[in-house]
Amino acid sequence: MSFINYSSREINCKIVYYGPGLCGKTTNLQYIYNKTNPEAKGKMISLATETERTLFFDFLPLSLGEIRGFKTRFHLYTVPGQVFYDASRKLILKGVDGVVFVADSQMERMEANIESLDNLRTNLQEQGYNLDKLPYVVQYNKRDLPNAAPIDELRQLLNPTRVVEFPGVASSGEGVFDTLKAVAKLVLTELKRGG
Amino acid sequence: MAGPQMVMYDEEARQIQVVCDRLGRDSNARAVLVIDKNGQPIAQSGETDHLDVTSLSSLTAGNVAATGGIAKLLAEREFAGQFHEGEKTNIHISIVAQRVILVVLFDERSSLGLVRLRVRKASDELTRILESLIKKAASANAPSVFAEITDDDIDNLFND
Repeated sequence: MSFINYSSREINCKIVYYGPGLCGKTTNLQYIYNKTNPEAKGKMISLATETERTLFFDFLPLSLGEIRGFKTRFHLYTVPGQVFYDASRKLILKGVDGVVFVADSQMERMEANIESLDNLRTNLQEQGYNLDKLPYVVQYNKRDLPNAAPIDELRQLLNPTRVVEFPGVASSGEGVFDTLKAVAKLVLTELKRGG
Repeated sequence: MAGPQMVMYDEEARQIQVVCDRLGRDSNARAVLVIDKNGQPIAQSGETDHLDVTSLSSLTAGNVAATGGIAKLLAEREFAGQFHEGEKTNIHISIVAQRVILVVLFDERSSLGLVRLRVRKASDELTRILESLIKKAASANAPSVFAEITDDDIDNLFND
């Protein structure tokens, strides 16, 4: 749920990066953080375990500039991907304005991708959202790995509704900003429509 | 979609600011924050220059959400308040009108008892303001600022 502050002339939106464990959600945020001007970003917060697995969420506040005198601020969150953190994932989806599903392109992670996507749909429904009506993009990450499945196959399994999709290599930044821009644009377009 | 759009207008922003300023004075607090349950800062008062309000807001909202999740598991509606005691700074967190989070940071100049007392009064005032804000937002016929935004405006944001 976006927050429009007419008093401070700000638009605040929340984008959540979802996907199976180790698919590269945190890596997406880290790349964005490293490549963004200091004045456009806040501190990146990672609530992680000692082995750097996301425990609760990562958080990165970003300013994208002004639209008609309103500052646009995006709060980017990741969820913990591991299956047993489902309760935390539900909490992070509260008030979401846009979703990025980060898929792990590796053949052997296909089942984990499908499970995570089903979980996203279910958890959104519990909060009263419908994934098909929400600003939503898909990123096929880890395209550089030799065991990456063909995009066609991934699309068939993970993007049946044919939303905007990007191949990505989050560790080197490929597709990271394309993904962010696409979802941010969809969120603003949705707001324009009065969603 | 889930839940109505959260908006803030000048008049209510001023009223909330007055309540925060007064709460800060009356409770000898270091700082007072009002945060949307989704982690967006709404108002701040007191010594906030050295604070990373954005991060604090997000983490507090995460904390409140997690505590709310625990309450649900225990068949409680919510845990309305939390208190964390530090060596120098203490933090009192409470949920107001099930909608926003009121945060009071205080040190040895104040006490938990005083903060609790003053928070109760401020919460009542904030509840009234929020209720009127929600009504106003629901009945607002004024065209949203977004209605005038063009696709070009959005595209321009992303020009490198």
